[in-house]
Amino acid sequence: MSITTFVIISIIKSVAVIFILLTAVAYSVWLERKVSAHIQNRWGPTRVGPFGLLQPLADGIKFIFKEDLTQPHVYKPLYILAPILAVVFAITSISVVPFGNLMEIPEINVGHWFTIGPIETPFQITDLNIGLLVILGITSMGVYGVALAGWSSNSKYSLLGGLRASAQMISYEVSLGLSLVGVLILTGSFSLRDIVMAQQHLHWNIFLQPVAFFTYLISAYAETNRTPFDLPEAESELVAGYHTEYSAMKFAMFFMAEYANMVTVACLATLLFFGGWMGPVLGPPLLRMVLPIVWFCLKVFFFMFLYVWVRWTLPRFRYDQLMAFGWKVLLPVAMANVVVTALIVAWRA
Amino acid sequence: MLHLILFLFFGSICVAGAVNLLVQRHPIDSALSLVVVMASLAAEYLLLGAEFVAAIQVIVYAGAIMVLFVFVIMLLNAGVEERSKGSRVAILLGIPGVVIGAVLVAWTLLHRANAETVAIGALPGYPRDIAWLLFHDFLLPFEVTSILILIAILGAVVLASRPEAVARRHHETETAKPAPELVGAGKER
Repeated sequence: MSITTFVIISIIKSVAVIFILLTAVAYSVWLERKVSAHIQNRWGPTRVGPFGLLQPLADGIKFIFKEDLTQPHVYKPLYILAPILAVVFAITSISVVPFGNLMEIPEINVGHWFTIGPIETPFQITDLNIGLLVILGITSMGVYGVALAGWSSNSKYSLLGGLRASAQMISYEVSLGLSLVGVLILTGSFSLRDIVMAQQHLHWNIFLQPVAFFTYLISAYAETNRTPFDLPEAESELVAGYHTEYSAMKFAMFFMAEYANMVTVACLATLLFFGGWMGPVLGPPLLRMVLPIVWFCLKVFFFMFLYVWVRWTLPRFRYDQLMAFGWKVLLPVAMANVVVTALIVAWRA
Repeated sequence: MLHLILFLFFGSICVAGAVNLLVQRHPIDSALSLVVVMASLAAEYLLLGAEFVAAIQVIVYAGAIMVLFVFVIMLLNAGVEERSKGSRVAILLGIPGVVIGAVLVAWTLLHRANAETVAIGALPGYPRDIAWLLFHDFLLPFEVTSILILIAILGAVVLASRPEAVARRHHETETAKPAPELVGAGKER
């Protein structure tokens, strides 16, 4: 593949993935409102479009036209930087996620002078051999968005929210990382594509690493600040936490970052524990190419639904419970899982 | 060619971040400049083909240690630092030291300019190679380092726990009655 083709394909893939991600983010909000409404015996959004399906679009337009207030007491450079950091890191981490198998485009002749293909490229922006570490690295940088927003707003609620968020994210990142080690020991690779390929024929890691899966799921909820771990924005005590002082598009950026992080975490759960795009594949070549993506999307959708379901079912933890649970329960469990997995693998080798 | 351009680009960001770290007067700006330094160093590692080291650099330094720095600055709400004139010892010893060090480094590099070089990515950079080095060839130094870190953690715990708090906790467990001032106190965790 020549460098020009590579650049063009990469740009097309990046634009497509960002577009799909942002659409997914918008519709996760819709899903959240709809499911929560039905859980509480309400209807949710119904006015804009059929089943309220155009509601995200209306919300987006509203956010753009709202007045963007900047309080006089904020520390301006960081106040502006914080939402940008949050949304950039949230979107970047999707770049190493593989959505499906190889995409094969046969040779196409456009007129007599221009030929496209044949191109064979993975359904993924880039396949790094350290893909999982890249995601972990970018997610750990995402803390800055939240922490700086809380600090630069220069208000009590924001600061408390920012402090809570950074403490919580640092604490749960440890058990999140350790819960992934079991999968890494079994696979022997950091590449997300290799991890998925190792789970062929229903050898999904959820069956081999159930403890790791539940540790991951719980820490992922805490990492994305979702109920029952949404202490950073606990509205009954902190107004809105770290984004109290933000309005209009800046607030929307935090909102987008939160849901984009949820999508990434759901993708990661699918890839690491539920066999990624693996599923029954049949039919003509085009269907064979598309079906894996369908399986992948269905699995991610399941995790997004689980997120919403948990949020509207469980009450919020108290802060000391949150910290005690993270350090005294989740971390030892994750460590024990690593040790047991390593021993079994070493014994069988 | 592209490598050289990228190297110079990230190198100048790194140096600019380091200078900014010294110039900025607010601790949080300095801490964020250090994050920029760490991130651009990670990019330099990536250019050398050491992907694993680059990822670890971001996760450990930029993602964990610097977040703690920022966290502490936020928690203490540290204000703008005062400018001091600088000590005379620093000026008398520091500037000649820096000059001598720079001359030595430049001289060594120029002197060995035509010594053997290694192609980019030829050195062990894959996680498997690094794991082999760490857990096979350099196992003892690696484990000794981890014990060193453990000692540092224990020291921090000892320094952080105030004797009166420990005594009160003893008292509390003996009488099995919670001391009212301890309930919900944030510092106990």
